[in-house]
Formats: sequence, C-alpha cells, structure tokens
Amino acid sequence: MQSNSQETLSTHPEMEPREEQKKSKSPFQLALRRFMKNKLAVISVFVLLTITTTCALAPLFTDLDPERTNLLLIEQGPSDEHILGTNGQGQDNFARLLYGGRISLIVGFSAMFFTLAIGVILGSISGYYGGKIDGVIMRAADIMLMLPFLVLALTIIAIIEELTIPLFITIIALTSWPNLTRIIRGTYLSLREQEFVLGARAIGASDIRIIFRHFIPNAIGPIIVNATLMMATYIIIEAGLSFIGFGIPQPTPSWGNMISEAMNVRILREHPEAWVPPGLAIFITVLSINFIGDGLRDAFDPKSKER
Amino acid sequence: MTQNPLLDVEGLKTYFYLEDNQVAKAVDGVDFYINPGETLAIVGESGSGKSITSLSIMQLINKPGKIIDGTITLEEENLLKKTGKQMSKIRGNDIAMIFQEPMTALNPVYTIGNQIMETIRKHKNVSKKEAQERAIELLRVVGFPRAEEIINEYPHQLSGGMRQRAMIAMAISCEPKLLIADEPSTALDVTIQAQILDLLAEMKERLDMAILLITHDLGVVAEYADRVLVMYGGQIVEETAVEQIFENTKHPYTTGLLDSLPSLEKDMKRLGAIKGTVPPAHSFPKGCRFSSRCPHVMERCLESNPDLNEVESNHKVRCYLYN
Repeated sequence: MQSNSQETLSTHPEMEPREEQKKSKSPFQLALRRFMKNKLAVISVFVLLTITTTCALAPLFTDLDPERTNLLLIEQGPSDEHILGTNGQGQDNFARLLYGGRISLIVGFSAMFFTLAIGVILGSISGYYGGKIDGVIMRAADIMLMLPFLVLALTIIAIIEELTIPLFITIIALTSWPNLTRIIRGTYLSLREQEFVLGARAIGASDIRIIFRHFIPNAIGPIIVNATLMMATYIIIEAGLSFIGFGIPQPTPSWGNMISEAMNVRILREHPEAWVPPGLAIFITVLSINFIGDGLRDAFDPKSKER
Repeated sequence: MTQNPLLDVEGLKTYFYLEDNQVAKAVDGVDFYINPGETLAIVGESGSGKSITSLSIMQLINKPGKIIDGTITLEEENLLKKTGKQMSKIRGNDIAMIFQEPMTALNPVYTIGNQIMETIRKHKNVSKKEAQERAIELLRVVGFPRAEEIINEYPHQLSGGMRQRAMIAMAISCEPKLLIADEPSTALDVTIQAQILDLLAEMKERLDMAILLITHDLGVVAEYADRVLVMYGGQIVEETAVEQIFENTKHPYTTGLLDSLPSLEKDMKRLGAIKGTVPPAHSFPKGCRFSSRCPHVMERCLESNPDLNEVESNHKVRCYLYN
C-alpha cells in the first residue's frame, strides 16, 4: 500500500492539491456536521437566536420604557398602544417582556461563563495535579454540594442589602461551580493516562502548556455540553428566585419578575396576557437550550446512537 | 572504553512507594552506558523494569515513583541535578522518545503537522513558516510520499504504521543525540514492524544518534542492536555484545528467553517457556531474584543475590554458575 501510493503520487508531484482536495476534517468540524444533522437542535438554535436578537434589539420593537410607571393606566387589557396591556404599576407588559428577556438571558449567559471559568480553573488544577490540592478542591466541592442550593442562595441574598445584577450572577456562580468542576476533573483523570500527554512531556512541554494545549481541547465536548445545559438551569433559577422576590430587584424587568407580578388570582384569571407570554418565553428558551445541549452531546460523543 | 559514553547511568534506583508502606523496587541499581551512535537494546519480560528505566532517564516518573539514587550523565552533565525547566529543554531536544502505542501517542485534536511543529518551535527559534517547511521535510524523510497533505491530516486519518512514522518524525525533529524507543514496533503488525525498525536504523545512520531500544522481541535485538542488556526484576542480569547473547548465552534467564523463541531449524512440538511470572517488585525472593524460576537453582542462590561480574571481556553476568 505504501509503495503503491508512492508511485501514483510521484507521477504528478508538482501539483499543489491543498486547496482543491477535500479539506481534512478536524474533530470539531466532524462534531459540527453531526450536530447539523440533528433537526431539533438546529431548529432550537434558530429559535434561541430569534429570541436573543428580538430581546437585544428591543428598542426597535417598542418605544415604551419598561420601567416607567403610569398610575392612570393600571392593569389595562391589550390595546394598540399596549399590545400586552399594562401591569399593576401601569408599566407596559410588552416592553417589559422584551427588556426582561435581556436580563434573563444576560443572567443565564454570564452566570454560565462565570461558572465555566471557575470550573475550568479548579477542575484543571484538581484533575491535572491531583494529590493534596485535588483533595482540598474536591472536599470544598463536596461541602458546596451538601448545602441545599436554594437555601444557600436565599440566605446569601437575604444578607446582602442591595442586590445588583452582577452580584446576583456572582452568587449563582459561586454556589453552583462544583458540578462542572467535578466533570472537568473526571475528564482530566482519564486524559492524564493517555500516552500523548506523556509524549507532550517527553518533548519538553510545561504543565500550563499541557493543560491548555492538550487537556482543554480534548475535554471541550463535555465542557460545552454541560455549560449549555447549565445555562438553561440558570435561567430557571433566575426566574424562580425572582418569582419569590429574591431575584432581580424591581423595577428592573425580568421574566421571573413579570410572573411574580401576576401572583394574584384575579390577574391570573382576568389578565392572561400579563403572565402567559413571559411563562412561554421561559419555557421555549429553556427547551431550546436543552435541545441544543442534547444535540451537542450527541455530536461530541460518536458513541451515542444516531437518530 | 576508549571514547566517552554519550549516556552513562550509574546505580540508578527508582522505587515506587505503594500503600501499606510497601516499596516496589522497579529499578534497583542499574548501571549501563551508551556510546554515541550505538544501539543498545534492553530486553526482558513485562515487569522487569525496562520502561521505568527509560522513563527515569527522561525523568518522567510519576508519583508514587521516585528516583532515589544514582546518576544519569548525558555528555558529562548529571541530569538528576537539573531543575524542571532545564530538564524540559533537554527533553525533545537532546533526548527524544517514541512510544509503544501509536494510537494514543498523538493528540487526536491537532493535525500531524501542528504536533511536529510544536516540538520544533519549542526547541528551535524558528518562524512558523520555517517550522512548517521543516515538518514537511521530516515527513518526507520518514517515508510519507504526500507530506504536504499529511501535515494537514488528523491522527484518526492515519493507520498505525503511519502514526508511528509521524511519531518518529516528531522525535527526530530536533536531531536528538539519544532516541529512546520504548517497544516501537510491538503494537504494529509484522510487516509494518520491519519497516518501522528499518526506518529507525536509517535515521540513526543519517543523524548519527544513539538509540536505546526497549523490547521483548529477541528477533528485533538480533537484527538491530549493537549491545544488549537483559533485565530481570529491576536489575541487569546479563550484558554483552549482541552476537554473544545468541552464541554464548550465560544467564539461565537469557537461555529461557531464547528457548521460548520459535525456531525454523529445530523441530519443536512445543515452545519452551520459563515457568512462573516475574515476582512483583515489592516482594522479590531473598536471594537471587530469578531463583524462584531458575532451573539451575542452588542453595547459595536462595541466600544472597549474586553481583554482576565480568566473566569474559565485555560480558557481564549476574549468576553464581559463573563464579
């Protein structure tokens, strides 16, 4: 076989086939291709993109200020000016839905990246070095996992007097890092035994270089999948905490806040336009993110069944 | 010896500290030297300490293992006195290593070229373009006809033999003085084995490097090595030139290894075998480490471990049968 290909190629060695020939597919490109075959996941990407751009471009869709109260127009039904009516403070529900989406998505995204940063740093140290430092980090993770998340978050929020959005994100990230840290550590433990890591050390690569060049790219599959699924959880957490009044402080709108405003039998019965849209928005967003997460998991894991 | 050896290992001891305060003496007092441009083979069964010896030279021993004694001298410099940083300059540059398992020894997420260039750029101050040209040249040298394409391919697109070639290209990229080949052909099928070993021999000639060949295949030794060390239980039991090991076998363990080779000349119904297995490194017998399996075991063998003695010129044996 070796000599065969040598002959066939030596006949036209001058040709530069690089551009024309099929490009070699990297493992990421292969995963992307598998992802694109998953219809549900691709549709979910479009849905999520639509929701995100609509919220990001909120001023194009409404001229109203979501925080401006108008006590003369309380609990109005849908009208030309207020498509989804107004709430108990006379704020426009449609504007609050769009601007609230910004807050909910920003909280979800930022909390995810924050957790990702903590998880990658701690998980890398723990999984790569092992030994005592691993013990310390993992016991800290155990302690965090032992405390009920909701109680912990509520306590911290209750202690803090003035809750801002960055602070809220920080609290979520600092209370939910152990899961991702454990996953990354676990992936590293199996990577550590691979011979290419020994090979990298044999050519003189440093620890940092091995972590960044050899570990993270090989662990990127589980990292991305879990980060995606985590983002869905964070949007729910934000909505849940806002619903019980421990989340994003009023008058800043968020989807959770909007549902919280409808916590009243009369509004529930008479003004479904006030609470159905934010509820639906949370539902669709979280569902899309979960479908994307599932799609990514199947794409990154060649062993999972093709559907 | 008239010339100075390239690598001189003296009294190397690498122990693994296990749970329950047990100590596994994986390498226990090993002395050997490699001359420039020479191929030294280390043979022995699984568990005899061959691989740990090579990893000790590279100082890639992981916890709970530790090099507790000895000197490893490369061109008059003791490697065991180097700091981690100095050592990482030597690895890949002066001493390179290729591994047994070509399937896992390359990182699956990078192209072949990328990985070869990493080594070059780590040790040589060259631009990306120069490194790439060098990578293509190296791939040609190791026998890839389509080198310009191979540098853009990923390990999963190559067969085992091709990956091992790529590994060799990577190992020789900085023209090391010593190449440690840890069972380079074991995971490959027989026809490819010969190609890879021939390639190693060719590279050795071309770059004038020394090779430390770790293997359990005596056929490979006969073909490619200049001198042989036979290891058993973390110690050298016989050391001699390659012709001597086949024609003038001394140690009963070496005899056992040779008897377990199939032969075309003799009409054998069954292959010979050495009874038993290598004792675990934390519980060697009290006397000679081979005594539990030796067909010629004597009373003194059970009491004390013989020294490695030079019984003929350039032929050392660790056995009471010869002194």
